[in-house]
Amino acid sequence: MKKTIVSIALGAAAIFAASAVSAQTLNNVKNKGQLTCGSNTGLAGFGAPDDKGVWKGLDVDVCRAIAAAIFNDATKVKFVPLSSKDRFTALQSGEVDVLVRNSTWTMSRDTSLGLNFTGINYYDGQGFMVRKKLGVSSALELNGASVCTQQGTTTELNLADFFRANKMKYEVVAFATSDETIKAYDAGRCDAFTTDASGLYAERLKLTNPADHIVLPEIISKEPLGPAVRHGDDQWFDLVKWVLYAMVNAEELGVTQANLDQMLKSDNPEIKRLLGTEGKFGEMIGLSNDWVVRIVKNVGNYGESFERNVGEGSPLKIKRGLNALWSKGGLQYAPPIR
Amino acid sequence: MTIGDNLTPMNSSGAYLGSGDLPERKPPVLSRGAVAWVRENLFSSIPNTIMTLLGFWILWEITPPVLNFLIFDAVWEGSGRDACLESVRNAPVGACWAFVKVRLGYFFYGQYPIDERWRVDTVWLMGTLGVVWLLWPRVPYKNWGSLYFFLIFPIVAFFLLVGTPTFNLQKVPTNLWGGVLVTLVLSTVGIVFSLPLGVLLALGRRSKLPLVRLFSVIFIEFVRGVPLITVLFMANVMLPLFLPDGWRPDSLIRVLVGIALFAAAYMAEIVRGGLQAIGRGQYEGAQSLGLGYWQMMVLIILPQALKIVIPNIVNTFIGLFKDTTLVSIVGIFDFLKTIEASFVDPRWATPVTRATGYAFAAIFYFIFCWGMSQYSQWMERKLATGHKR
Repeated sequence: MKKTIVSIALGAAAIFAASAVSAQTLNNVKNKGQLTCGSNTGLAGFGAPDDKGVWKGLDVDVCRAIAAAIFNDATKVKFVPLSSKDRFTALQSGEVDVLVRNSTWTMSRDTSLGLNFTGINYYDGQGFMVRKKLGVSSALELNGASVCTQQGTTTELNLADFFRANKMKYEVVAFATSDETIKAYDAGRCDAFTTDASGLYAERLKLTNPADHIVLPEIISKEPLGPAVRHGDDQWFDLVKWVLYAMVNAEELGVTQANLDQMLKSDNPEIKRLLGTEGKFGEMIGLSNDWVVRIVKNVGNYGESFERNVGEGSPLKIKRGLNALWSKGGLQYAPPIR
Repeated sequence: MTIGDNLTPMNSSGAYLGSGDLPERKPPVLSRGAVAWVRENLFSSIPNTIMTLLGFWILWEITPPVLNFLIFDAVWEGSGRDACLESVRNAPVGACWAFVKVRLGYFFYGQYPIDERWRVDTVWLMGTLGVVWLLWPRVPYKNWGSLYFFLIFPIVAFFLLVGTPTFNLQKVPTNLWGGVLVTLVLSTVGIVFSLPLGVLLALGRRSKLPLVRLFSVIFIEFVRGVPLITVLFMANVMLPLFLPDGWRPDSLIRVLVGIALFAAAYMAEIVRGGLQAIGRGQYEGAQSLGLGYWQMMVLIILPQALKIVIPNIVNTFIGLFKDTTLVSIVGIFDFLKTIEASFVDPRWATPVTRATGYAFAAIFYFIFCWGMSQYSQWMERKLATGHKR
C-alpha cells in the first residue's frame, strides 16, 4: 500500500515535471540571472562550504563552470543543498536546474526517474583501507578479515558479493553512522574499513595516525558520479554535457587558467575550435563562441579542478586513477569539438 | 555563670523561680551550619547516604574528563588540522576550539556576505533591545516597546536582512542566510506568531459558532496529526509541484509559515487547557459587569488562563527553538547544520573535530533554553498572586 502511494506520488511528480518544464531551461536561467544548482549538504572535496561559507568542491566546480559558460561569472550560482532522499524530487519539480551531487549513474535512475545523466565527472567505487602493519597489499589477501562498514547501504551488499565471488571468509562489523564506523576502525575493532574510495581518503584524515593506514588498490564496485538534468529539454542537456566535456578537452589540449592567453594565439586547430577562435561551436548550444574561454578562465580545466579539490593540492590527496585522462591510463574521455 | 546565679528563693517551701531570661546559647555544633546541613540533606538515612556517595562518585568520574576535554587539554589556537592532532602535538588533545574559532563567522552568519554582516549585527542589537524592553518589568513605556518590537523592528529587520536598493543595501537572497541567524529568525518568528494564533485557535475551538469551531478543530487536529518533518518536506519539495511555473515563494518563507502554523496548533491546545481551568464564576462575573465577549476574554479570562499555563507555553517555546534544527533536512543551514557541514572540511578533519562541534552546539542551545526557562520561572513567581499552593 505504502509503495503504491509512493509510486503514484512519484509518477504524479514526473508528469507535473514533464508538463511544467518545457525546453527553455537556458532562457529561464538567463532571465533569473543565476544558475540554481542542486548540491550536496556537505561532502569533503565534492561540495562543502569553506571557512567563509563559499562552496568549494569538484561537483561545485561543474556548477560554476556552467554558470561561467553562460554568464562569464562563476559566482552566479545558487546552491541548493539537497539530502539524498529529496535530490531527484527537487530536480523533477524544477527547484534546481541541474543536479551535481555525487549521484551514481544507474539504469533505473536514468530511465524511470524522468532525468538524464549528462556524463561522469568522477569514477568512484568501493575500496578498502587497512593498517600498514597488517602487511596486506591487495584486497584479495583479506581472507578471514573483519571489516567495518556502515549499516544498510549498498556498501554492505557489494562487500558480500566481493568476498563470495573470491571465495573468501570475512566478518562484518556494521555501525549506524559513518562516524561510529571510522571510530571503531581506529580503535582496532576490525582489520579493514570499507566505503566509496573518495570517502576513504576523507575518513582517513579523521584517524589518530592517518599515516599508519593505506588504501588498497582494488575497487570492488562501479559508482560513476555525474551531473543530471530533467527529461524534456535537450538543448539544456547538451549544454550541461558539453560543459563537462569542454573541461576534459581543455585538460587534454593543455589549456589551463595560467596559459589561457597564449593558447588563444595558438595555431593548433583543435585548440582554436575549443576556444572559439575558429568555428561557431558555442552558438550551437545557445552560448557565445568563447564559452570555453570563460569556463577555463573562471574555473579551470578538469585536471586543475581535480587537483585543487580532491587531488594533491587538497588534504585528501586522491590519486587520479580511473579519473586520469584516457591518454594517461584513465577513463576520462571527451568527444572532440568539431 | 551557673544556672544558680539568677535564681532567688521565692518562698519558704524552698522552690526557685527564675528572675530573668536565660542567656542564649549556641545550638550544638552537630545541629547547625554546614555540618548540620550535610547531615540533614546528604546523610540522613542509609539509602540517602548511599545515593549521596553514588552521586559523588559519578561526579568524581565525570568532571575531570569533561573539564580536561573542554578546557585543560583543549587547543585554542591553530590554523589547520595539524594543530589538533595528537600525533603532531605529542600531547593529549581535547576540544579543538581553534576549529570553532576559524569557523565562528560561518556558524553565526552562514554564507551571508562578509561585508554585509554588520546588517545582521544591527538586527541582533535591535532585537536584544526590544526583548529587554518588553521582558524586563522595570523598563518603562511598555506600549512604545510593543510598538517597536512588533511593528518597527520587524520592518527594519526585514529590509536590513533582505536588502533594498532604496537605501543602497545590496540584496542578500535567503539561501545565503545560515547559522545562528537562521535559527534565531525561525524561532523568533515561530514564537511571536504561534502565541496569538494559538490563542485565537483555542478561543475558536471553544466558540459557540459551529463554523469557527469546526475550522479550529480541523486545523488543530490535522496539524497535530502530522510530524513537523512532513510539514517541512511538503512545504519545500512537494509544494512547487502544485504551484504554477515561475511562482515560487522563497524556501525560507515556506518553512517559516510551516513552523509558525505547526507551533500554533500546539499552543492552541495549551491555551485551551488554561481556559478550562478558569471557573464559570469568572465568566459570569465579567458578563454581569456588562462586558462583551472580547472585553471579557482580554480583560478577565485570558490574563488568568495564560498565567496558569506559563510553564507549558515556555515548554513549547523551548521545544520550538530546538525543533528549528529540523529545517536542515530541507537544505536550510541552521546553526547545527552549519556545524555539521563543517565536519566534512578535510582541512579540519581530526578525531576530535566532531566532538568539539557538538560540544559547542550543546553549550549554545543550553544557554538559550536555560535562559528561557529561568525567565519563565521568575515571571511565574512575579505573577503568583493568590494561586500559590
